[in-house]
Amino acid sequence: MSLTGIFLILFLIVHVGLNACIWANDGGEMFNKAAHFMGANVVPRILEIGLFAGFLLHIIQGFALEFQNRAKRKQGYAVAMGNKGSKWYSRSMGLLGTLILLFLIMHIAHFWVPSRITGLPEAAYNPNHHDLFSEMVKVFEGNLLVVILYVLGCISLAWHLLHGFQSAFRTLGLTNHKYIGMISALGTGFSIIVPLAFAMMPISFYAGWV
Amino acid sequence: MEHYTMNLTLKVWRQKNATSQGSFETYQVRNISSEMSFLEMFDVLNEELIHEGKEPIAFDHDCREGICGMCSMYINGRPHGPWEANTTCQLHMRAFKDGDTIVVEPWRANAFPVIKDLTVDRSAFDRIIQAGGYISVNTGSPVDANAIPVEKEKADMAFAAAACIGCGACVAACKNSSALLFVSAKVSHLALLPQGAPERRTRALNMVAQMDKEGFGSCTNTGACEAVCPKEISITNIARLNSEFTLAGLLSSNK
Ligand code: HEM
Ligand code: SF4
Ligand code: FES
Repeated sequence: MSLTGIFLILFLIVHVGLNACIWANDGGEMFNKAAHFMGANVVPRILEIGLFAGFLLHIIQGFALEFQNRAKRKQGYAVAMGNKGSKWYSRSMGLLGTLILLFLIMHIAHFWVPSRITGLPEAAYNPNHHDLFSEMVKVFEGNLLVVILYVLGCISLAWHLLHGFQSAFRTLGLTNHKYIGMISALGTGFSIIVPLAFAMMPISFYAGWV
Repeated sequence: MEHYTMNLTLKVWRQKNATSQGSFETYQVRNISSEMSFLEMFDVLNEELIHEGKEPIAFDHDCREGICGMCSMYINGRPHGPWEANTTCQLHMRAFKDGDTIVVEPWRANAFPVIKDLTVDRSAFDRIIQAGGYISVNTGSPVDANAIPVEKEKADMAFAAAACIGCGACVAACKNSSALLFVSAKVSHLALLPQGAPERRTRALNMVAQMDKEGFGSCTNTGACEAVCPKEISITNIARLNSEFTLAGLLSSNK
């Protein structure tokens, strides 16, 4: 759980960094070039297999953990403990993960499927490059529902990470109070900034900022 | 604080034995002193029940001074009741006011089956301790108490972990019914001291294996255990157990 979780966090850093190229203000040229590099180069393609495996493993482990743990208390309490002692999002990792998974299915259908399988139009600056940028325009522009679903996906991710980031390091055995403090602060920052950056992407297309 | 008396409504889980269904019974208790302990209030109620020819409510208790870990009541949605760093026996009625309704349930976890009313079977904890909560010592003439130097900081951390009284509130509070705070306290207490070094690896592996066998859930670091622990056992012990367990798994020579 912790290892796949941290692996997925590393993926998010790469993903948010490359996607930030949409704000280069060049009609998507820099973004398309970055996407082309990721699609054409052998190293990212091998990493992509690892990424699918990482997601799959994390999801299987996550559901197994959730269901096994739920089965450990056949008879529940009449008065729930609720928030006395823990945060709601710490107790809702299975639910938040499931929401992320639903988002992920939509997201893969939007971009990964056309770019790898069904095909994309050529980029204006180079016929050998795909125009993934205009695909983003197509998906988001004037499509309020899709934008809202993407923002909800990002919010689920933020809550998931708010617990998951620091939890992963505890699971790996980090006991030093100074480092736990640093990791928790870093995790909180990461959980806010990265999902916020992702959420701003569909919003930017919808609002016509790019 | 000024003394006062109160009338209360109690909703208590009654269950004849391990196999029967069980349900809540409602009781009115009158003239309860704010200076009574929570268990004394139950004593008063039980005397009344006995006078009426009814079956008294079974509950676990022994020292009634917060050190044995026997008392175990889930009171108004919190193990050991509303106070922090406190056991049920040390909860006093001044925590409540006249007219309050108090719901009292047993610890709930498959690994802690109800025996009768509010009493649960916590022998799973004993079997976890037996699986590795011991050290090897030389018998014979006593060794000088200071023969083995121990770092002050480690001695303090080991002592803090050793404060665990095995009450099981951590399991009762955890959404996963995980016993990891308890197990981590027992492992940390010995792993931090040189006396615990010989069995260090097998201890972590065997106690965790026994814990899984008893049917406790897996920890997801929600922190509910630490919040209700009467002895304020730190959740950092869980991270220490995680590293002890991982290293033992990687480095252990048997199997
Ligand atoms: C980009 C996507 C995701 C990232 C970055 C991520 C990250 C993490 C991290 C760091 C943890 C903590 C691991 C630990 O404490 O050992 C975690 C736990 C978990 N994740 Fe994810 N995750 C993602 C997607 C998902 C998905 C799609 C599911 C689907 C079911 C999911 C379900 C879970 C569950 C059930 C836990 C266990 C709760 C816990 O350990 O506290 N996650 N995740
Ligand atoms: S860790 Fe705390 S709550 Fe758990 S058994 Fe020990 S004293 Fe009780
Ligand atoms: S009866 Fe001993 S700790 Fe409460």
